[in-house]
Amino acid sequence: MVAVTLRPALIRDFALVAAGCFALAGCDRSGTAASDSTRVRDGDPARGRAVVARGTYGCTACHAVPGMRGPRGVVGPPLAGFAQRAFIAGQLPNQPDVLVAFLQNPSALVPETGMPDVRLALGEARDIAAYLYTLEPSHAP
Amino acid sequence: MRRDPRRRILWPAALLAGCAGPQSALDPAGPSAASLHRLGLFMYVAAALVVVLVTVLALVPFLRRGERPVNRKLFLWGGGVTLPFVTLSVLVPYVMTVGHETRASTSATRLSVDITGHQFWWEMSYRRADGRSAVASANELRLPVGEPVELMLRANDVIHSFWVPRLAGKTDLIPGRVNRMVIQADRPGAYRGQCAEYCGEQHALMAFDVIALPRAEFDAWLGRLAQPAGEPSASQLREGRVLFVSLGCGACHTVRGVAEGRIGPDLTQVGARRMIGAGTLGGGVGNIAAWIASAQHLKPGILMPSFTQLEGPQLRALSAYLESLK
Repeated sequence: MVAVTLRPALIRDFALVAAGCFALAGCDRSGTAASDSTRVRDGDPARGRAVVARGTYGCTACHAVPGMRGPRGVVGPPLAGFAQRAFIAGQLPNQPDVLVAFLQNPSALVPETGMPDVRLALGEARDIAAYLYTLEPSHAP
Repeated sequence: MRRDPRRRILWPAALLAGCAGPQSALDPAGPSAASLHRLGLFMYVAAALVVVLVTVLALVPFLRRGERPVNRKLFLWGGGVTLPFVTLSVLVPYVMTVGHETRASTSATRLSVDITGHQFWWEMSYRRADGRSAVASANELRLPVGEPVELMLRANDVIHSFWVPRLAGKTDLIPGRVNRMVIQADRPGAYRGQCAEYCGEQHALMAFDVIALPRAEFDAWLGRLAQPAGEPSASQLREGRVLFVSLGCGACHTVRGVAEGRIGPDLTQVGARRMIGAGTLGGGVGNIAAWIASAQHLKPGILMPSFTQLEGPQLRALSAYLESLK
């Protein structure tokens, strides 16, 4: 067996490398649902997915939503990789509070939008926003 | 590792759960469908017995020691004459009565609906007593619960077939002919129906709902359906109505009091429908907007064009107006 003696200098180096790894991990946006910039307060992505899948609000009739059965709508933009999107509707900063407000009444924030107010309850809007931030980017060529 | 004994119970339960649903002939909700379902059960059991009998007869020569000649008389008279005679004497009279339960009570029929199949939607026109003109709707048939309702089936273009599995068997709609059927729902609720004869590109998206209501609710609803659509008060809805007329929607669609087109479905109560586009999408303003803007994407090959020339606020106004029609 080889005995390893931990000298103070080695410990310091190791700590530096570990700290560096943590800092870099913060830059990784693959775990988008968990990162702070896309965390929706009181939003449950699973419930949001169920609301979208029910079809009564017509989300999928206008938008292509990855992993969702339905007609792959072409009226509005596709929603794959929504967390990486810089703007909502090309105009608003893509932040959780803004997204929730936009979903609840799109034309109040973007007057020229074609997206109708489908009268979402606040809880539903939060759930759907949380769900949108979990959508993976599309890897289609 | 031991298996949870509850699993053994869950499996058949899960299999049977597949028999329910809004469009299952195994879950009848009217006399005609119930009668068909009884025949079905009878036939499944009989067929299973025949399989068992044939299997046993096939195994007999292998399992019996020694060879014995077949009793020809027993086989000829028993299997060739007696068995078919007994089976058919029971089956033929029984089958002749199946599915005719509601047809017998035609004289008591109070409601009569003309149904016309189009590529790819359904026109429902309710006849009214005392000589008033019929009232049309589309893709949704409402009935008073517990009453036989007479349906007169016509086709506008090609052969379609009217099938509501939970209420009755299929009846074809044939161009140049009027087929009559009687349908009855024993319980209030929504039943899904579908075109059951391939009729073209969008045959799969030619569904409809049958909604059974208590008689009083039905009468009140039919009274409302006959009225012209109400005058919208909100400015967005008024704008939507102006667009409905100026875009030419009314050339194909009727909204009573606004336009009288007959090429596409009547939209006088489109905002109250559970589905739009004959089962393509759910109802509601979001789906209506999607339908207006991309009908050709959602249901390619239909007569309705996609209205891609609209500006955002126009699309919102038009779809809000249509959703307000209830």
